[in-house]
Amino acid sequence: MTAWLRRAWWLFFRLAISTAAIADDNPLTGAAEHVAPAPPTHVIADVPYPQMAAMMDMNDAGRLGRLIVDQLEWRDGDGARGGVWDAQGWYGNDYDKLWVKSEGDWPSGAGARGRAELLWDRIVTRWWSLQGGARYDFGGGPGKGWAALGVHGMAPYWVDVEATAYVGSAGSLAVRFKAENDLRFTQRLILQPELELNAYSRPDRARSQGAGLADFAAGLRLRYEIRRELAPYLGLAWMRRLGETAQLLRGQGGDPDQLQWLVGVRLWY
Amino acid sequence: MRTLDARDAQPSRLCRRRFVQGIAGGTLLLGAGGLFGRAHAALPKVLSGSQFDLSIDELAVNYTGAARMATAVNGQLPAPLLRWREGDAVTLRVTNRLPVRSSIHWHGMIVPADMDGVPGLSFPGIAPGETFVYRFAINQHGTYWYHSHSRFQEQTGLYGPIVIEPRGGERHRCQRDYTVILSDWSDVNPEHIYATLKRQSDYFNYQQRTAGDLYADVARQGARRAGADWAMWARMRMDRTDLLDVSGATYTYLMNGSTPSGNWTAVFSRGERVRLRFINGSSMSFFDVRIPGLRMTVVAADGQDVEPVSVDEFRIGTAEVYDVIVEPADDRGYTIFAQAMDRSGFARGTLAPQLGMQAQVPRLDPPPRLSMADMGMATTGAAAMADMPDMPGMSHGGPATPAPQHDRAEHGPGVDMLVDRPQQRLDDPGVGLRDNGRRVLTYADLHTLGGAIDARDPQRNIELHLTGHMQRYMWSFNGRKFSESRPLLFRYGERLRIVLVNDTMMTHPIHLHGMWSEVEDADGDFQLRKHTVTVQPGQRLSYRVTADALGRWAYHCHLLYHMEAGMFREVVVAANADAAKP
Repeated sequence: MTAWLRRAWWLFFRLAISTAAIADDNPLTGAAEHVAPAPPTHVIADVPYPQMAAMMDMNDAGRLGRLIVDQLEWRDGDGARGGVWDAQGWYGNDYDKLWVKSEGDWPSGAGARGRAELLWDRIVTRWWSLQGGARYDFGGGPGKGWAALGVHGMAPYWVDVEATAYVGSAGSLAVRFKAENDLRFTQRLILQPELELNAYSRPDRARSQGAGLADFAAGLRLRYEIRRELAPYLGLAWMRRLGETAQLLRGQGGDPDQLQWLVGVRLWY
Repeated sequence: MRTLDARDAQPSRLCRRRFVQGIAGGTLLLGAGGLFGRAHAALPKVLSGSQFDLSIDELAVNYTGAARMATAVNGQLPAPLLRWREGDAVTLRVTNRLPVRSSIHWHGMIVPADMDGVPGLSFPGIAPGETFVYRFAINQHGTYWYHSHSRFQEQTGLYGPIVIEPRGGERHRCQRDYTVILSDWSDVNPEHIYATLKRQSDYFNYQQRTAGDLYADVARQGARRAGADWAMWARMRMDRTDLLDVSGATYTYLMNGSTPSGNWTAVFSRGERVRLRFINGSSMSFFDVRIPGLRMTVVAADGQDVEPVSVDEFRIGTAEVYDVIVEPADDRGYTIFAQAMDRSGFARGTLAPQLGMQAQVPRLDPPPRLSMADMGMATTGAAAMADMPDMPGMSHGGPATPAPQHDRAEHGPGVDMLVDRPQQRLDDPGVGLRDNGRRVLTYADLHTLGGAIDARDPQRNIELHLTGHMQRYMWSFNGRKFSESRPLLFRYGERLRIVLVNDTMMTHPIHLHGMWSEVEDADGDFQLRKHTVTVQPGQRLSYRVTADALGRWAYHCHLLYHMEAGMFREVVVAANADAAKP
């Protein structure tokens, strides 16, 4: 109560002072005189939105594109080395986008192997979009096509999540889950943890891949954003093959556990 | 009088690195032959009378050390000051010498709909090489401004001040009278800025929360509270440092077209009364303005005379206008300091007894952070509130307004936040200005002289929610972008109330063309007449409108990239509004 009174008194006092300091020199200047504008002489016709947007030079339904090379790196360790890429690009409007993804590796002394996906992305909820389309695996055996359907979005705690199910020829199924996050040390020094899981309903011996949970990968990349669009990084990648996939690899004399250091650059436009 | 080297004027090391202060002078390169000239006099070029020829053209400028093309009027950036007289009729022949279409909108002027200068609504725009003749009667006085309403031309320099002398002479006699137009310049093409925001909306924010901030919070508040606070924001996927979408990371803030190093200077003699007419002509920036050592008496808001109120500082939203009077008592320089709301940079000038004098430039305040209260979200009960530190907004809160009804579209993918307990908070100076030790202007301090233009009570309410999705960079009213909306229909002659609820965490300056926005106080009585109304995050405010202006009008957020992204509506005023549009 007293605090309120003090505040009211203070405001009154302030107002009194300020009003006294700058008094009306010219009380004749009008109060609340308002004259409505004349009606328009020329009225332009109402046209459909696209024409109107063109006339206004304003368009909230326009299309844009983006290309992100999230990983372009060299890995070395546990007896293996080679290049790795992970890139995405999109083109479209706020609601619908054509989405292209590709990731894979290029082991030293061997050919590239990886996958490419062509998806339609449609935002459906506050944080999630649906993605559907096709995937093609190349290298390390005969090419292989899949139909893809998944979700992409931002989970709580700013975790970027992709979860996709794939149906291959003859009804084989694959599931892929990927999550990553940005942790800021400074405005430009950013640590990006990443997790990835892959599972398959059927083995693919040409690719040394068994049925069931096939692999679990974790990455840790520390990047420095020279510009937002250009960030070199250092990091570690740990890959563990599981179940039948691990057995297949052991059978070939490989180690299902692989820890590699990596160096690369993140780019986008 | 203390003079400073411009280099010393830079407030901090961090700031020096990321905020482009500009090169001294901010030269305009005149002519194609590379003729260098210092076109920046202390005073803007003034055009007065009733007949005007304005020519919109490209202009080579250099504010940062890099040459760029700007959009200018009669070779001036800002565009020339237009001095009109209340009661006159003016004719303005505007010639477009750009290779693209252009337009000029007279911001805050009550003019016929076809003279309002909005392409697609008022007229088709001005084609390259074409001249459009604007003609209208002036029945108001005060400080206004004009700017392009085409694409991003406002960002590249097409803005200028308007001063209208009252029919009966100025209410306050002043020995000096200056317009101070604040703006934001970027060397980056605005098309690219817009595309960048769509690609990565936090691109320009170099004040995001880091591990160091979390550590500092833990040290200050203890791990439990700091952790809970961090987790709450992270769960919501909201960035509490997102105050301005485009920052000093790319902007050089200008005062009357001068960079901070260029130091625009207004001259006074000791004991004189100086009127400073502040116009926020920026595209995307809110400024907090103060003149250390001087009290400022605010005498007009958006051209409308108000009961004088004396303050240390005021926040000016994009497109807002405040006239202040200062009376410098000492024979020394005073810095006019306008820091961006996110503290990523500042515009600066000097009030001095003679040109060339400088005064100390204050340090930028620490970057503010949004609180839960800012977002009208402290609704999870007293226990949750007790867990929440930094809730200064609550002290200004008062009772919550009725629970808002959210449109179905607000639950769609283009809206990332809904406010369930908006508050009126007219007496809240806004994030970063609360309890800063200075007397800061609020809307509650402003009372327009002479009362409302229309004594009738509103016959109906139109409730609009300011909505958006920061990460997707979609902006809208009621969850519907302009392209997805139908016009708002006003019946000619009706008095209606617009209720705005800000369902976003950004502050939006909302501008209704053609008609005044008469802001209501907490009791629903007339308080303040404006053309651009700033709505804070989680705020609910209302204003009355008299639909006495026939025609098609623009209604939008005046943050340029929000408008372009869809935070725009058409308003149709028609005698039979129901029949005006399908």
